[in-house]
Amino acid sequence: MMLRYLHEWGSPPVFYQRAGRWQRVLWTLAALLILAGLWGGLVLAPADYEQGQVYRIIYIHVPAAWVAMFAYVVMAVTGAIGLIWRLKVAEVITSAGARTGASFTILALATGAIWGQPTWGTWWVWDARLTSVLVLLFLYLGFIALENAIEDRRNAARACAILALVGLVNIPIIHFSVYWWNTLHQGPTVARLSAPAIHITMLVPLLLMALGSMLFYAGALLSWGRALMLERERSSRWAAREAGV
Amino acid sequence: MMAFVALLRRDLLLAVRRRGDLANPLIFFVMVTSIFPLALGGDPRLLAAVAPGVVWVAALLAALMSMDALFREDFADGSLEQMLLSPCPHSVLVGARVLAHWLVAGLPLVLLAPLLALLLNLPVEAMPALLLSLLLGTPVLSLVGAIGVALTVGLRRGGMLLALLMLPLYIPVLIFGAGAVEHAASGLPWTAPILFLAAMLALAVTLAPPAAAAALRITMGE
Repeated sequence: MMLRYLHEWGSPPVFYQRAGRWQRVLWTLAALLILAGLWGGLVLAPADYEQGQVYRIIYIHVPAAWVAMFAYVVMAVTGAIGLIWRLKVAEVITSAGARTGASFTILALATGAIWGQPTWGTWWVWDARLTSVLVLLFLYLGFIALENAIEDRRNAARACAILALVGLVNIPIIHFSVYWWNTLHQGPTVARLSAPAIHITMLVPLLLMALGSMLFYAGALLSWGRALMLERERSSRWAAREAGV
Repeated sequence: MMAFVALLRRDLLLAVRRRGDLANPLIFFVMVTSIFPLALGGDPRLLAAVAPGVVWVAALLAALMSMDALFREDFADGSLEQMLLSPCPHSVLVGARVLAHWLVAGLPLVLLAPLLALLLNLPVEAMPALLLSLLLGTPVLSLVGAIGVALTVGLRRGGMLLALLMLPLYIPVLIFGAGAVEHAASGLPWTAPILFLAAMLALAVTLAPPAAAAALRITMGE
């Protein structure tokens, strides 16, 4: 029963319809969580004793950075699925993932720069964490450039999947080498094994925002995937029916 | 193994018969390196400070420029297709091709580097680190680059795209390579970055040929 349900997702028309329903559910939940997180972060949470009000940008910045990194892993995994089982759905999700991931990476870099200007006194420093996020953006852009350069959609998807996997192997090496090279960014305050070094009134909105961003990302993935699927299947009968022509 | 040696011999022979092409990456390397003093001014102290990075960046760019030729000609005249039809494991063929390419285009860069480093006023104590780091680092560039070339060989205007795909992946090699020379130039121990480069080489030797072979099969449409 469960297996059959999952199997049906592999069919483009079923994917198109179900993704449309799921996208609405995900975006509604994301909107609720993000509204709650913003309320908690911007109104209820106290100002930071060192950084004052400026720190509040972390409610956008940190979730964006988390999603940006998470999205690359998702992209590589769906790329591998597409490469192994040749599922069209996995291929369009990979392609959608590159674009959504790149958007979140840009958001993380931009909000980081806006926060850095008043706090560090500069828009940009060549610090390890900033640099590795910048390299992540380069990896996303390379993926998109390769995909645009290959005309045949299926070949493009397969070539890009290989690139994503090569990137996935390389990311830990790049990350580590960049750390070895230089670090100035404040260390992790949430994801560590001991108690987080952040007060609970700040942590709860941050986690709400993170979950909300994650759901928004999932919805965007489906939304973009649907559009790409419709474009790719434009000569099929179900696509014509869905588009109403 | 037989196929490996045969392909290696063929590629080296082809390279020797066409000596003119051999010099191009070297000339590029020299030119890029000599652009930096012109842009930064000739102050010997400044040049000595930036020399490790400049030599490494120039070597990296020269390696990248020469990568384009790795499969292009074989793709154009159809011999690449024949190689992929052979029963021999494709990663072995890719390995032989990359080794031949490195011997022809990479090794001369390594040998030329100390001369350029002297022009940039790099302290003599840093020379062993420079040679060793390039010796370990340039094969990694060739191996990783082979994946990118395999992905782009069928495309018109693949050169710029290749640079876009490969430069982010080259960053670790650049950091540890230039880091080793930097450490040596300031009299610090430089074994750690060299060992990291050696580890990356071991990883690239094992993982890059199968990935490049898979990429080639995709571009050739299986």
